[in-house]
Amino acid sequence: MSKNLRINNKQFVDETRKLSFIFNGKKLYGYKGDTLASALLSNDIHLVGRSFKYHRPRGIMTSGSEEPNAILQIGNDDALTDPNVRATEIELYDGLICNSQNCWPSVKFDIGGINNFLSPLLPAGFYYKTFMWPASFWEKYEYFIRKSAGLGKSPKKQDPDMYDHRYMHCDILIVGGGVSGLIAAKIASDDNKKVLLLEDKELLGGSLIYDDNDISKIDNQKSSEWLKKLIENIKNDKNIIIKTRTSLAAYHNYNFLLARQNLTDHLSVNDRSNKIRQRLYKIRAKKVIIATGAIERPQVFHNNDRPGIMLASAVKKYIDYYGVRCGLENVIFTNNDSAYETALSLYKSGTKLNAIIDIRDNSSSEIVNKVKSLGIQIYWNHTVVNTKGYKRINKITIMKLNDKGNDVVGKKIELNCDCLAISGGWTPMVHLFTQSGGKLKFDNKDNIFVPDKTNLNQLSIGSAKGDFELDDVLKNSIKDTKKFLQIENSNFDKIDVKCSKEKEKKNIWLLPSDKPLSKTKPFLDYQNDSTAKDIKLALREGFKSIEHVKRYTTTGMGTDQGKLANMHALGIVADTTNTNMGDLGTTTFRPPYTPLTFGTIVGRNVGQFFDIFRKTPIHDWHVDNNAKFENVGQWKRAWYYPKDGESMHDAVQRESKAARESSGILDASTLGKIDIQGTDANEFLNRIYTNAWSKLQIGKCRYGLMLNEDGMVYDDGVTTKLGENHYLMTTTTGGAANVMSKLEDYLQTEWPELDVFLTSVTDHYATASVCGPNAKKIINKIFKNLDLSDESFPHMSFKEVKLDNINCRIMRISFTGELSYEINVEASYGKYIWEKCIGAGKEFNITPYGTETMHLLRAEKGFIIVGQDTDGTMTPVDLQMDWIISKKKYDFIGKRSLYRSDTIREDRKQLVGLLTDDPNEILEEGAQIVKDENKKPVNMLGHVTSSYFSPTLKKSIALAVLKEGKKLKGQKLLVPMIDKTIKVTVSDTVFLDKENERING
Amino acid sequence: MFLINCPYCGERDQSEFVSGGEAHIARPKQPTELNDDQWAEYLFMRKNIKGIQFERWNHAHGCRKWFNVARDTSNDKIEKIYKMGEQPPKL
Repeated sequence: MSKNLRINNKQFVDETRKLSFIFNGKKLYGYKGDTLASALLSNDIHLVGRSFKYHRPRGIMTSGSEEPNAILQIGNDDALTDPNVRATEIELYDGLICNSQNCWPSVKFDIGGINNFLSPLLPAGFYYKTFMWPASFWEKYEYFIRKSAGLGKSPKKQDPDMYDHRYMHCDILIVGGGVSGLIAAKIASDDNKKVLLLEDKELLGGSLIYDDNDISKIDNQKSSEWLKKLIENIKNDKNIIIKTRTSLAAYHNYNFLLARQNLTDHLSVNDRSNKIRQRLYKIRAKKVIIATGAIERPQVFHNNDRPGIMLASAVKKYIDYYGVRCGLENVIFTNNDSAYETALSLYKSGTKLNAIIDIRDNSSSEIVNKVKSLGIQIYWNHTVVNTKGYKRINKITIMKLNDKGNDVVGKKIELNCDCLAISGGWTPMVHLFTQSGGKLKFDNKDNIFVPDKTNLNQLSIGSAKGDFELDDVLKNSIKDTKKFLQIENSNFDKIDVKCSKEKEKKNIWLLPSDKPLSKTKPFLDYQNDSTAKDIKLALREGFKSIEHVKRYTTTGMGTDQGKLANMHALGIVADTTNTNMGDLGTTTFRPPYTPLTFGTIVGRNVGQFFDIFRKTPIHDWHVDNNAKFENVGQWKRAWYYPKDGESMHDAVQRESKAARESSGILDASTLGKIDIQGTDANEFLNRIYTNAWSKLQIGKCRYGLMLNEDGMVYDDGVTTKLGENHYLMTTTTGGAANVMSKLEDYLQTEWPELDVFLTSVTDHYATASVCGPNAKKIINKIFKNLDLSDESFPHMSFKEVKLDNINCRIMRISFTGELSYEINVEASYGKYIWEKCIGAGKEFNITPYGTETMHLLRAEKGFIIVGQDTDGTMTPVDLQMDWIISKKKYDFIGKRSLYRSDTIREDRKQLVGLLTDDPNEILEEGAQIVKDENKKPVNMLGHVTSSYFSPTLKKSIALAVLKEGKKLKGQKLLVPMIDKTIKVTVSDTVFLDKENERING
Repeated sequence: MFLINCPYCGERDQSEFVSGGEAHIARPKQPTELNDDQWAEYLFMRKNIKGIQFERWNHAHGCRKWFNVARDTSNDKIEKIYKMGEQPPKL
């Protein structure tokens, strides 16, 4: 540290705890309590980054979340590195490693800096205009643009940190722990409300806590002393929960808010292990009080972006809070009184202040008079017209303003300056208010947007609502909070506040220079490098809406979301187009207020917790027997069981051959199961299925097809009549929940008169499905007393038996075309009954098969899978399943739609079979089918929905949907692939056992 | 994220509910009597207004009951919640 930039004895920085950190490879030191920004400044480092487009050197500009320039890459680990971290927000910890972004090879010598000299060639919209044509070149352009775009580097490895979510509820949520928020918290707590107070910094108190001037007094005490007592009081208040290092990210409707708390980011890396890094609070508040304060505005003048140019409030905070001087030759440039507080702080700390430049003609307030009395040179009615110093400001040139304030007159005056503290007034932080749907109004006096109308139970107080002077802040906060909470009296009612009052106001959105605008660089958005010129260009080119101007110039589109730039952009648009700023409106403020890490958003829902998954009671057996699994809805279903390094194809061929030639067993537990009871259950089935159910006898099963009201197939499954008014319906695995809610919907809203009760019993039963020519022998071995003859137990019937005191429901139904028994038992006995079947089937080579084999077996029989062979545009007629539509029933769901003009079209897509000319060629599911591939554009006739190689038929088979497919049977068509064209013939959908003989074994 | 006052369970977070679209569209008693246009009116035509809209909601992750909601689509404010079968309120 060559220069003496540290001021000793500051209460917020612990000089006994020295911390080391590395910036761009250089080891530096700071103290506990520093932010990374204050530590860098104490080492005389201003230059920390390069701007996005022109690669201009940029320095630390602010002391908060509005920082546009000092965004760094933290950490050098592939997994833990964090891009775009604001140096002004991160608390210094021992061993912190950080690097500048957007520069190469280094921040001091950046090759991209050549863009600065090319800047006349890079106006707003340059990229839009240049890379539009020829369109085919975009892929080439994109490669280079992507390389030069973007600021930080994202981590390459999985995030090893832990994140957490928590719900919170409160009577009053207070956002912001400054003086207004603290007063509101105390008033609410005294009224016995449960208060949640959020503060994004590590300490409460806002900017008043380090205020050191002698003019502001509360109850005859120094304002910061008064505030400290209030904070102590609040910390001991049992009604108030305080969360510091917690920033509000989003304010949604119905007072639902998201806040992010940093738990370990301020600790040295070694102290973080096994701790949660960040926590996301999901807060539901009865009432919300927004006390987020205000952000100081910069001024817009030529070369206003050099390192060393900072907000006046930031310069003050670095001195009064962190004890760091930002420069040794300071100049203040302002249009208002607040910067004079910075002047007093500089004076008190013994820091040299060369001059104050004020665009106003004069100011007669108490604070300005005090500065005048100290003999500090003030240039009234002057403006900065240029600055010098490439990597750090070293000189400024000032000139006198003319009467209108739109030009400069007189002689140039040059001043030495290594830190220029600028202030263009204050902007209330209304982001949260507008996020919540609140409407703003424009205040002409201070040129600010303030909260106006809201539908929610919320209040904005303090400088967040546009009160900037201490007496207004305190008295209005007390008054408004009392009214909001409907309280008559508070302990603050007799508060006595003294402060300086600003009388003279003047604002110029774009300050004039001695050079024409086209030769200057007055920056608005520092991060995105947009200047006042760009705004004017956008307006000249016809962009009128502020939303369009924003997107064309990218003003306000950086990671800082235009916190500093937006007001000037609006002001310049208003001035140029002669519009009132209030009529112009603002751009939309969207959450999050400050960027969130993905980890925080995701919380614990990572890895195996990303989505819930459901396992059948037989799952462990599948795992033990080497099953590969497939996701079906949320279920993990056994897909196939490879043996000795078999490929999927080989395993499926073996499994399906075994099922056809001897026996196979499938875990069918995942099928949706709905228990239906009630005196109107039969009538209900008649209304929801296309076929007739009136004559179904107890102990019999029936296949049913369910449509949507639009006539399209929705679900299918077998329903069994268990008793007079008792049915068990099965649904597809994926459709179970939807079917259940659809049936509930009809029962509750359309047919409340029906006496029917539905219970989802999917999880209550496990199902083992044994099929194949030897299935009967296997079942007979297990259930010795059960009569399995076709007369006593025919296809599509059901028996209830006991095995070892376990109730078993056995359905003789088949999805494979083979003789097949489905044994349903209570879930906890699922694995037991499965293993019984495996044991009994051993001598018959019983082969467990998965979903892939099941799909193949049913495709050989031409059975559809809803969702694979249908897609919500297929009627039963399209599926060639006319037989299942009852002609007798007056009505069922979807019936009327089956003869709409569209559904009776003959050229609809219809389900057909496809056989490849080469029996070994397996079609790809999803492949398109055409008649003529030479005539362009090629007419697409349909696509393949299911395709397999059948080991029983020794050829490839496929199902497809095809335009006018019914008429095309026997026709030769083509399936063009990327490397060949496959010849196919349209066939029947049933490939195997058309006579249904296998069903009886 | 809305806070919905289920008439059977009380105030719950929106994530427990599913929306079922416009309310008070009764399924025709005799669909076969309707021509294509009339059927299409029932099947497809739904309002999408700015202002108070009557909707069906289902407490899917709660009591599974359906009920009606009068919601102002311009600000998502729920003006009234009433049970199935009840007439829409005059708002």
